[in-house]
Amino acid sequence: MAPIVSVSHLVKTYGSGFQALKGVSLDIEEGEILALLGPNGAGKTTLISIICGIVNPSSGTVLVNGHDVVKDFRATRAIIGLVPQELTTDQFETVWNTVSFSRGLHGKKANPAHIEKVLRDLSLWDKKDNMLRELSGGMKRRVLIAKALSHEPRILFLDEPTAGVDVNLRKDMWKVVQTLREGGVTIILTTHYIEEAEEIADRVGVINGGEILLIEEKSALMKTLGRKQLRIELAEPVTVLPQGLEPYHLKLEDDGGRLIYDYDASGGRTGITTLLAAIAEAGLRIKDISTRQSTLEDIFVELVEKRA
Amino acid sequence: MNFEAVKAIYLFEMARTRRTLLQSVVSPVISTSLYFIVFGAAVGSRIQEIDGVSYGAFITPGLIMLTLLTQCIGNGSFGIYFPKFTGTIYEILSSPISMTEIVLGYVGAAATKGMLVGLIILATAALFVDLSIAHPFVMLVFFVLTAVTFSLFGFLIGIWAKDFEQLNLIPMLVIPPLVFLGGSFYSVSMLPPFWQAVSHANPVLYLISGFRWSFFEISEVSPLVSFGIIIAFLAVLMGLLVWIFRTGYRLRN
Repeated sequence: MAPIVSVSHLVKTYGSGFQALKGVSLDIEEGEILALLGPNGAGKTTLISIICGIVNPSSGTVLVNGHDVVKDFRATRAIIGLVPQELTTDQFETVWNTVSFSRGLHGKKANPAHIEKVLRDLSLWDKKDNMLRELSGGMKRRVLIAKALSHEPRILFLDEPTAGVDVNLRKDMWKVVQTLREGGVTIILTTHYIEEAEEIADRVGVINGGEILLIEEKSALMKTLGRKQLRIELAEPVTVLPQGLEPYHLKLEDDGGRLIYDYDASGGRTGITTLLAAIAEAGLRIKDISTRQSTLEDIFVELVEKRA
Repeated sequence: MNFEAVKAIYLFEMARTRRTLLQSVVSPVISTSLYFIVFGAAVGSRIQEIDGVSYGAFITPGLIMLTLLTQCIGNGSFGIYFPKFTGTIYEILSSPISMTEIVLGYVGAAATKGMLVGLIILATAALFVDLSIAHPFVMLVFFVLTAVTFSLFGFLIGIWAKDFEQLNLIPMLVIPPLVFLGGSFYSVSMLPPFWQAVSHANPVLYLISGFRWSFFEISEVSPLVSFGIIIAFLAVLMGLLVWIFRTGYRLRN
């Protein structure tokens, strides 16, 4: 199946000379949830802005549902909903009007029943006649989501949706995301929070300095994450590994005070029991034991630092 | 054509007018009434008829033009500048809507509002002076063309402006002198030859002259010349607009 969003060799250089994207290529499949991770200034928002039509690309192409986002913008923008990072709202409008306005902008006839459903799903129904300036930051964020859903998009972009958002809203938001996903909506979210990506994404992309560093199925990443380390602190440091421990490929750290054992936690046999027996047999005294699992964050930090 | 979007923008802008009724409608009516009292009654009582028209009636077309120009430029520029300022422009730019439709929505609303206020001023003027309109159709053509042209001018200012100072620069500093020196309150033929020549370099003179002709059949220049000048200005603005569409100037860069 053709990807719903296909980005190829996308470059964006701003007037100031700053190159925000340096040849990004990326395919997004229909119905998936893709999390884009990256530090501030990585190019996440520029990438989204180009796909949504807010910013013109310097070169490269973006196809949405087979249509070019510049030449055929009506076809592409009609099926995209965007929740921006900034809380930008028309302060003097009511919730109901601003959400209905968004639907009209996308060329759809008024549909009060749909607007009502969106507002109820986001716990905004009792605020529908309030002016936006009367709402809290979290409520405004909900309104922005409602606006993006007002025209029943097939693709939803959430740019840093949980920045400065409380637990309730996060829960509501993921509930909405889950429902949308079940309805076949493709969701792309950018985030700083790696747990968020781990929790809900199907695929994870890492972007930094205007380049995609990695894009992988979360399950494949989780396999890498399945690797664990057993860290054994010794009572007395050793300079060389005693005989009998070779099969375990141990590493010595901390001037011989720590043994590191890598193993696969998802496998049935971890080899920990026999290793501990072998250590006891070799006459080493153990002071402490801990295990450590590499997280998406480790991979992320490693990738970002490697390129820096 | 995305009619729903044009309608959405148009109604959104008109709703803003309703919210600011006092500032939008009442204030121009009060200031125009003051002009009539000061110029029409106080000054006018000492000025004889100009070209057979009483002074109070003579200044009416100019006053309507003054209101129309300031209102249209103000509405047109604010309508597009405000979303840029608050950031809500993201939504307009990411909607399946062409620049032509954006212009139709914003400029249409700005022109509508300007014309509403203009008509209210006309009605207010009728309370103070005896008015007759010799060529109602021509008057309407000048009225609508001016409203559309200057709303578009305002729209372009709104796109160009980077802050509120720039936004207000032209409506506050450029338009009033042009209107005042464009023969709103006097016939340019009353001036010395040198200042007459200078006045003819003022585009607003042509607007007022043509508009006044539709009321009283008196004018500084032929109404056809006036018509030509508005069309030429409109064409220049359209050209600028096309350039903005193509380059994404200050919108998509």
